[in-house]
Amino acid sequence: MNLIGKARRRVDARAKVTGQTKFADDVMLPRMVHCKLLRADVPHARIVRIDTARARAHPGVHLVLTGGDFPVPYGILPVSQDEHALCVDRVRFVGDPVAAVIARDEATAFEALDLVDVDYEPLRTFATLEDSLEHDAPRIHEYGDRGNIHKIVALEFGDVDGGFADADRVFEDTFFYQGNTHLPIEQHAAVAAKDPDGKLVLWSSTQTPHYVHRALAKALELPAAHIRVVATPNGGGFGGKSDPFNHEVVVSKAALVLDRPVKICLTREEVFYCHRGRHPVLMKFKTGVKRDGTITAMEVETLLDGGAYGSYGVASTFYTGALQTVTYHIPTYRFHGCRVFTNKPPCGPKRGHGTPQSRFGQEIQLDKIAEAMALDPAEMRLKIVERPDTLTANYLRVGTIGLSECIRRVTKAADWSSRHRRLPFGRGVGLACSSYLSGAGLPIYWNDMPHSAVQLKLDRSGGVTAFCGATEIGQGSDDVLVGCVAEVLGIDPIDIRAVTGDTDLTPVDLGSYSSRVTLMMGNAAIQAAERARDLLAQAVAAKLQLPRERLAFADRRVFDVEAPGDAARSVSFADAVVLAETMFGTIGTVGSYTPPRSAAKFKGGGVGPSPTYSYSASIVEVEVDPSSGWVHVPRVWIAHDIGRSLNPPLVRGQVEGSVYMALGEALMEEQTFRRLPPRLSNALVHKFPSMLEYKSPTTLDMPEVVTELVENPDPRGPFGAKEVGQGPLLPVMPAVANAVYDAIGVRIDEVPITPEKIVKALSEKANHREPRFGPARFPRIDWPEPVRVAPPWDGGDGTAARKSEVRSQKSQVGSR
Amino acid sequence: MTSPPEPAPATSGFSRTAIRLTVNGEPADVSFASYKTLLEVLREDLNLCGTKHGCELGECGACAVLLDDQPVLSCLVLGADCDGRRVTTVEGLVTDGRLHPLQETFADLGAAQCGYCTPGFLVTAKALLDEHPHPTRDQIREALSGNLCRCTGYQQIFEAVEAAIAAPTQNAQKPTDPESSNSANSASNGAL
Repeated sequence: MNLIGKARRRVDARAKVTGQTKFADDVMLPRMVHCKLLRADVPHARIVRIDTARARAHPGVHLVLTGGDFPVPYGILPVSQDEHALCVDRVRFVGDPVAAVIARDEATAFEALDLVDVDYEPLRTFATLEDSLEHDAPRIHEYGDRGNIHKIVALEFGDVDGGFADADRVFEDTFFYQGNTHLPIEQHAAVAAKDPDGKLVLWSSTQTPHYVHRALAKALELPAAHIRVVATPNGGGFGGKSDPFNHEVVVSKAALVLDRPVKICLTREEVFYCHRGRHPVLMKFKTGVKRDGTITAMEVETLLDGGAYGSYGVASTFYTGALQTVTYHIPTYRFHGCRVFTNKPPCGPKRGHGTPQSRFGQEIQLDKIAEAMALDPAEMRLKIVERPDTLTANYLRVGTIGLSECIRRVTKAADWSSRHRRLPFGRGVGLACSSYLSGAGLPIYWNDMPHSAVQLKLDRSGGVTAFCGATEIGQGSDDVLVGCVAEVLGIDPIDIRAVTGDTDLTPVDLGSYSSRVTLMMGNAAIQAAERARDLLAQAVAAKLQLPRERLAFADRRVFDVEAPGDAARSVSFADAVVLAETMFGTIGTVGSYTPPRSAAKFKGGGVGPSPTYSYSASIVEVEVDPSSGWVHVPRVWIAHDIGRSLNPPLVRGQVEGSVYMALGEALMEEQTFRRLPPRLSNALVHKFPSMLEYKSPTTLDMPEVVTELVENPDPRGPFGAKEVGQGPLLPVMPAVANAVYDAIGVRIDEVPITPEKIVKALSEKANHREPRFGPARFPRIDWPEPVRVAPPWDGGDGTAARKSEVRSQKSQVGSR
Repeated sequence: MTSPPEPAPATSGFSRTAIRLTVNGEPADVSFASYKTLLEVLREDLNLCGTKHGCELGECGACAVLLDDQPVLSCLVLGADCDGRRVTTVEGLVTDGRLHPLQETFADLGAAQCGYCTPGFLVTAKALLDEHPHPTRDQIREALSGNLCRCTGYQQIFEAVEAAIAAPTQNAQKPTDPESSNSANSASNGAL
């Protein structure tokens, strides 16, 4: 390897440290005007009247738009097309946009918002999970599984009840994971313009330009070929810029109407309303185990607070139950999931998408099981880790698994065996593990086309341009693209220009979500580069009269591997391109990547499959002050199964950034709501839509992180690489909770683990009640008849069985 | 940089202020709507978009610049208060075509991921090093505690500041042309 695995300055680093990276709000165009959105100040209401006359008459205002200008709905998932760019007849949360003012400058637009008159007829507010479960009317949306339940699902794999019967003990625990938000430092921004040909261009801080492209075509009823979406580098995404957003549709429409560029940059408050962050999830885990910790059956129930719109919610719901089996061997498994609508900003995908919540429950419950069964939590996990190259009970095809090695690495580094259950009161260590997708196996909308594609243009100067629809959100997407091409062609990254995230110029990549970019774009890039290398090799072989197989590409040269120093049997890379262009004409190649077909053929099996999975293990050390409940984290150890590290500082940055974000979720971050006082409006509002009060960790809060990379190249990944952007976040929250228990002997079964909850739990302990803080119960939900699928070891083929078949299988076959 | 010769009619709704200040070592005359913060004046009237905004409240640190060599949050400073003062932004860290040692180490050591908070971190770290050439890790933490980064977990930022202390001369010698990327890489290999 020339480059892969070596520490390298990322290709976009110079632009970033000189302040030259052009983010969406840095796009400044001649004649540009500015847009502001009027957002609902009531949580749930019918719009009786909107009068924009005063706003339109305000000096400097160019245009005022309302819901009537946007009759066609859109949404990220085909099954949840429930958003309008501006609300048509109903507002569903405080912050839902109802009108847009476009004016000569931001301040004028802001002034004119006050001049838009809206009359509302209030509707019942749904503030909690219970509200929406218990009250069917009024419905927040006219679609969904029933009442205010957006989605309710039930899946069953194998003889779960038999599994519980076989267990030596069955554990039941409830947990609550509070919602939180991405908080990218860059606020969403977008600029739309008509290009000189009269076609629409949108620059936007989006992680998914391809999906925005589709949504604009639909919502604006324009041919997609007449729309260009350019994803500007995102100033942090974390999942929060993965939906098509109101403001993107609004400025696009305004630019077409006004025939001049229109910009919007959301305020920080508005970013809290866009949200699409972590779903609050109430959950119940029931797990049957043998004396040695082996799992015989697991049942997971989750209840998600979806907020006011669908967003990715159907996928989020399935994700809360998808990956349990990928981490540990679970022979029989049942999952019940339910997502309700409430009158709050919509939830969606945040780093780990739907899986951190249930990972939190699962890993704390394993800690409880280990203690109850007098087992070491690390030893117990080592016994139950899923085996590589396995098809799980729910038909997820697992590739390489580095989890055992991750556990061994962190326990050794943290001196686990001499510290766990052995530190003085107030100090403790906790362990947890996890796994995550390296890219969703299925696209958002059904199609059989590639998920990622790369085009290369080779120039006779020796320069190469790599085109790909992938989006740079800070994770190093451009660096992976350039690194893979440079490695194959034996040139320096500086010789390559990356053109990315532009629907006019670049072939489709589905976007920066589900940790898919490195694996999918990387494989496409390697394919395109190998095809280019083959053309060059043919031409050079003819020139040097050598067999093609003897040619190597490195150090900007193509040379005879058997005589690397022989100038006569070598040409420069630029000359190689000249030879190839002479022989074949213009040199351009393409590569693409389509994930393998999923083994799951049942309804609901589309969420969870991935080409391969990453694994992580973490140990967190805490110091808890029992009088104040304050938790200090001096150190975190984390090992991540990366497959292969393409550019180590970037990989380490993803791991440490994940640990950081996880500690925020574990200890302080929460997206919560309150009622305004009755003398105002009693409206349900975001508790603190500002960075001042939404607490996130600063430099003073961040502990030392000891990162261990487990490298065992996975044949499915580019040069063996798996994902790293999301997986390392997952084990940290439960590891904190487990460490708090080790330190002071109380269970905090929800996040964030605040001082208040710790003090309350300690007080319970002092009063000889259950030493715990967490939800008391999981509500009774009328689950539908489950989709029953026989696991592979029960002779299943991945399809749902009819009832009678399941019964006969049960009688014939036990668990593995 | 251009300053309008007379108040533009398009912004007649707001009163305007004209000031003269020094930006990145160069004199600048600028006229702007009087309500504007220094951040807005830099970005919108002086076309210096390297300085970012993230919160409007002085909480995130993305808008940090140096005002008379002291780090300030430009979203909390009125443009009208900057007459006659010296402002240094991220664009002013490159001198004679050379990156500042902090820019080199931030680039090499993974201290900039999405890059949005980076300009604020860089100028704040520069102010620290200008005043305390050899800060401890705790002093670095303290100095940067007003700058939020959601990507890195801060550790690589601390390391980059420390590396800029450790080898200022070596870093200063690095040219910024693209061909230097190899030498920069080998330096970072050693540091890692």
